[in-house]
Amino acid sequence: MATEVLPQRRGWTLHRPTATTGVWSWITTVDHKRIGILYGVTAFVMFLAGGVEALLLRVQLATPENNFISAETYNQLFTMHGTTMIFLVIMPLSAAFFNYFLPLQIGARDVAFPRLNAFSYWVFLAGGIFMYTSFFLGGAPNGGWFGYAPLNTEGGVLDVVRTHNMDFWVLGLIILGIASTVSAVNLLVTIINMRAPGMTFMRMPVFTWMTFVVQFLLVFALPIITVALFELLFDRLFGTNFFNVLNGGDPVLWQHLFWLFGHPEVYILILPAMGIVSEILPVFSRKPLFGYAVVVFSGIAIGFMGWGVWAHHMFAVGLGPVANSAFALSTMFIAVPTGVKIFNWLATMWGGDLRFKTPMLFAIGFVAMFTIGGLSGVTHAIVPHDTQQTDTYYIVAHFHYVLFGGAIFGLFGGAYFWWPKITGKLLNERIGKANFWLMFLGFNLTFAPFHILGLEGMARRTHTYPEGMGWDFWNMVSTVGAFLIAVSVAVFMWNVMRTRTKGEVAGDDPWDGRSLEWSISSPPPAHNFDEIPEVHEVDDFWHKKYAEDEHGRLAPAVAGGAGYGPSEAHAGGHGDGEHGGHEAIHMPSPSYYPAFTAIGFPLLAWGLIFSPALIVIGAAILLGGLYGWALEPSAE
Amino acid sequence: MSVQAAAHAEHPATNTGMSNVKVGMWGFLASECLLFGALISTYLLYRGRVGQAGGPIPHDVYDIPFTSVSSFVLLMSSLTMVLALAAIQRGDERRLRVWLVATALLGMVFISGQVYEFSTFVEEGLTLKTNVASTAFFVLTGFHGAHVSIGILMLLSLWGISHQGKLPPSRSEAVELVGLYWHFVDIVWIVIFTLVYLVPAPAGAGGG
Amino acid sequence: MLLALVLLLFTACTESAPQSTLEPEGPVARQQDDLFRPVFWIATAVFVFVEGLILLIVVKFRHREGRDAIPTQVHGNKRLELLWTIIPTVILAGIAVPTIGAIFNLSREPDPATRLDVTIIAHQWWWEVEYPEERVITANEIHIPTGRPVYFRLESRNQGAEIPVIHSFWVPKLGGKQDVVPGRIVHLTYEAEQPGTYLGQCAEFCGISHAYMRLRMIAHTPEDFEAWLENEGSRAATPDSGLAQRGFELFQSFPGGSCMACHAINGLDGAAARIGPDLTHFGSRETFAGAIADLTPEELRRWLDDPASVKPGAKMPDYGLSDEEIEALVAYLLSLE
Ligand code: HEA
Ligand code: HEA
Ligand code: HEC
Ligand code: CUA
Ligand SMILES: [Cu+2]
Repeated sequence: MATEVLPQRRGWTLHRPTATTGVWSWITTVDHKRIGILYGVTAFVMFLAGGVEALLLRVQLATPENNFISAETYNQLFTMHGTTMIFLVIMPLSAAFFNYFLPLQIGARDVAFPRLNAFSYWVFLAGGIFMYTSFFLGGAPNGGWFGYAPLNTEGGVLDVVRTHNMDFWVLGLIILGIASTVSAVNLLVTIINMRAPGMTFMRMPVFTWMTFVVQFLLVFALPIITVALFELLFDRLFGTNFFNVLNGGDPVLWQHLFWLFGHPEVYILILPAMGIVSEILPVFSRKPLFGYAVVVFSGIAIGFMGWGVWAHHMFAVGLGPVANSAFALSTMFIAVPTGVKIFNWLATMWGGDLRFKTPMLFAIGFVAMFTIGGLSGVTHAIVPHDTQQTDTYYIVAHFHYVLFGGAIFGLFGGAYFWWPKITGKLLNERIGKANFWLMFLGFNLTFAPFHILGLEGMARRTHTYPEGMGWDFWNMVSTVGAFLIAVSVAVFMWNVMRTRTKGEVAGDDPWDGRSLEWSISSPPPAHNFDEIPEVHEVDDFWHKKYAEDEHGRLAPAVAGGAGYGPSEAHAGGHGDGEHGGHEAIHMPSPSYYPAFTAIGFPLLAWGLIFSPALIVIGAAILLGGLYGWALEPSAE
Repeated sequence: MSVQAAAHAEHPATNTGMSNVKVGMWGFLASECLLFGALISTYLLYRGRVGQAGGPIPHDVYDIPFTSVSSFVLLMSSLTMVLALAAIQRGDERRLRVWLVATALLGMVFISGQVYEFSTFVEEGLTLKTNVASTAFFVLTGFHGAHVSIGILMLLSLWGISHQGKLPPSRSEAVELVGLYWHFVDIVWIVIFTLVYLVPAPAGAGGG
Repeated sequence: MLLALVLLLFTACTESAPQSTLEPEGPVARQQDDLFRPVFWIATAVFVFVEGLILLIVVKFRHREGRDAIPTQVHGNKRLELLWTIIPTVILAGIAVPTIGAIFNLSREPDPATRLDVTIIAHQWWWEVEYPEERVITANEIHIPTGRPVYFRLESRNQGAEIPVIHSFWVPKLGGKQDVVPGRIVHLTYEAEQPGTYLGQCAEFCGISHAYMRLRMIAHTPEDFEAWLENEGSRAATPDSGLAQRGFELFQSFPGGSCMACHAINGLDGAAARIGPDLTHFGSRETFAGAIADLTPEELRRWLDDPASVKPGAKMPDYGLSDEEIEALVAYLLSLE
């Protein structure tokens, strides 16, 4: 649909939704920007849920032999905390940025399949809601975020009564996997096929590049966990033998399949944040990214190498010295491309003119904190000693440093960075700084002690611990830190609220940005670009604003200034509606089908747990939705 | 999903020259490769294992001549699929429908063969729950059968659309996409037939 | 600030930390620790370097009022990039060599002539301990001799109606952990240098009471160990009078059941079941129920009254025993020295 003006065929389609404001407009939207916002808001709500679960864990662990919550509740909470944070927070939060900014960065008007994009979101939401209904339908999943068999095959957890807790987990993850696969294929096609003229692969912004790598990882990793989940599901529902030792099954198969997905998954979680940081650092250093090609290729290398390290989660299983050595080696050397990135980022800042706006603080915080998590990761690769570390809080420390210090810091940085583009208003800088420093302090107070606790022998996933182990002090410190994080999150919410009413108007290009999204109005018009830009180099927009001599000195560009095509004259204004020309740009029409069809999935899943009747209804909705969708023209 | 996506293929200039739906289909099939890869790996790991449950393993009950015939039928359906695509590209909508139905029928013959095969296996004491080898076998071939069935549904849908005259040659890409899917499922079966049926189970299998 | 924490980590060792991995008390744990420390310091050095660089850059290149010149636009430098690809590679290769050496070294089986063989069977949520040659069975408290490698054979197998799950066997001061996966038999070597009690626990999440699946490794001098074995191998005493005698009878049969359905006692005819821990010398233990409760009359009363209140999900049922019955059973159980 790029530049083509579609013929108008009004009148004969019956059920095309028309709302452009209000709830229905959101439910039926196929605009990638609105879908991005939906992802973002949902993921943030889930972040609060996962965070509250974490706070409850921390209260329980604050003192030894505490009885604040029961063992069963604790197990449900840590399982839901881990599952939520990974599948319902970081992945969709990344997806929010992919959706909103990927098309903008490559100069496209939308993603390849707008309705499919909406469908991905609704299926994701349905999966999340489905999983959370478990709290009211007999108890939440309680078997850990990697759901080891045979604990989680039928009977394992409580062999007296068959419980449904982990059914919710398995089915929920299958639904979420469908959502992510569909979205990954969609974004892959978008990047492969819909780049603006001149936007060659090696001119794409690094965020787009990392998005690209992540979609490949998703497309290849998700089917693996899907198979594993089906095997577990069949064991649970139909009494098959995949993980039943008596009949020849092998629980280690689950671990191989899960981690063969699971390790690429952790790079799925971190690469988007790395992409965001690669956007923020150059802007606030006022220098181009140091070694663009090398940063891109190390991202690709991480993506590749990530497939060859999974058994480092299984060093205590006893796979034998040869396998352990091989995986120790691959695990260690994955540090090399990551290190290259770190040093390239530092070199980007080196010699720059650093402005410590909030996004920049988060980006630097990312580099500093992720390094700590990465280094503890390397110490896990020392197999003989990993048998001491594994399943202790030392591991919990590692992954919170990479997940929170890495992914969450990066994503918060992205939120501050792109907020003005999305809403047209700048988040308050002073509150933003308070937000950062509180979070930075709280984060380190919470998770640094975990290193000590782990090395002093505190096992993870234990709902309590005895006195006299030397763990009391650091547990208390960590709990205090966790509440500090909560305060920082509250500060963020306050900032958002305040900005809605009192926020400073941002203008199109508040940070003097480098990539195409800054060339259009804030918020962008529905069709993104009045005229599809033509791209000539990396950081094209920046080079429209500044010319560079052969010594690397900059001067404001002589002629033209910022902007592309005919809209140039209007750059800086809020371009909705006034421009001539874009009236003719026909965007895909909204549709009821994506959201409607998505309802089928949780119904099917509840049906599998509770009642065949629901299965029938769910399947009918799914099929009906798909056929209706198939027969609906993509634009009217 | 490919049907409706295909049905609305637009043809803007894309970077690759390939339409979005086609690139999307390739991406989807790449993902499917891993899905079957994981299922086949599971089967290969488990094919000779019965644990304390005992019972036959799939290799004890295979009827290779029978399955060879049904594999051949599926293989032939790829041929008719090619003919269907050629027909619509020539603009011959009537032939298109003939070949679509032929492909679907061959697919149904294959599925019936599978149903028959499963029921004889069950009679011989190899069920989904007998042991882990049987579990892995039925789930792998069952997933494949489900894929074939979805393919049949898509073929029949195309036939229906064409029957209503809504599948003109300008939309031949829809047929091409379904064809891609169909060939993929076919190739997967060749792999399954080779690895699962023809390659002998490891020594000591059957006993435990 | 983080550096301070790192240093604190090492000074914190002086505090009592009975389950610390940082204070090895045996050759296996020591070899693992020896590998970890240099890597830890290398990591600390990289940490200091990177964070130092960040601080330097942040101070040196911060925006200053009045300076509006745009910095020189540097797009990259192949030499430098090669440098920071190669240096980490070399460092990591340096770490890899001893790591792989140690992996192979530690996977060697100790000499059957000198080692002690012990079989551990992991249950939800307790450890069954068997000395196959000495024909001794006990639970949760594993007695070993010092100065002699102990070669554990670990399994998680179904007993009764129990579905076996994955556990992980771990005594930090003696060495790293070994997962116990159903369907597999795995081995692990520990050796203690000094007599003493070393705490450990199950490290793989195994259900509701995973936190309550603890264990103790009690190392004795070889002589003391022999004495312990001797006592352990003997048949249990049969009380002939008083409360213990009444408990003895109840143990065999109380209204609604029999303890012998699950518990074995060597010397008591018909008590051979291995669903629960072997109680032959129960009275000589320090702790019970997965080493979470001290062996005192009060704790034991609490246990017999309602096992699940001590350990959620406990696989021993609550038989609704009367206070009087409990009193008698406690007397009997404690007499089993
Ligand atoms: C964002 C997610 C993320 C990322 C990016 C990583 C990155 C890495 N992880 Fe991590 N990991 C997790 C998320 C992540 N991990 C999670 C969630 C778990 C636990 C799962 C569970 O059990 O619940 C886990 C567990 C885990 C284990 C299993 C531990 C165990 O259970 O026993 C191991 C073992 O090797 C490991 C290693 C690594 C390594 C080597 C890296 C490397 O990629 C890190 C590379 C980075 C650096 C090293 C820093 C920068 C480099 C330099 C400055 C160059 C110079 C460096 C040197 C010379 C050393 N991780
Ligand atoms: C992105 C991933 C992510 C993030 C961000 C976090 C964030 C946090 N985690 Fe994380 N955690 C995991 C991923 C993550 N975790 C995973 C994968 C596991 C493993 C699970 C398993 O073993 O299966 C784990 C396990 C885990 C454990 C170990 C449990 C155990 O093994 O027994 C602990 C213990 O302290 C913990 C604590 C915390 C804390 C305190 C935070 C805090 O940083 C949270 C901060 C956020 C908030 C505090 C929210 C703010 C709330 C408010 C401001 C209140 C306002 C409320 C309303 C308006 C309604 N986590
Ligand atoms: C259905 C089986 C079953 C019956 C019957 C049973 N127990 Fe138990 N018992 C167990 C199990 C299982 C454990 C281990 C629980 C744990 O530590 O998690 C146990 C633990 C114990 C322990 C602690 C042992 C240790 O070293 O940790 C004692 C003491 C005990 N039982 C006494 C009794 C007495 C007395 C009776 C009879 C009144 C009895 N049991 C009946 C299953 C049973
Ligand atoms: Cu056994 Cu945890
Ligand atoms: Cu990993």
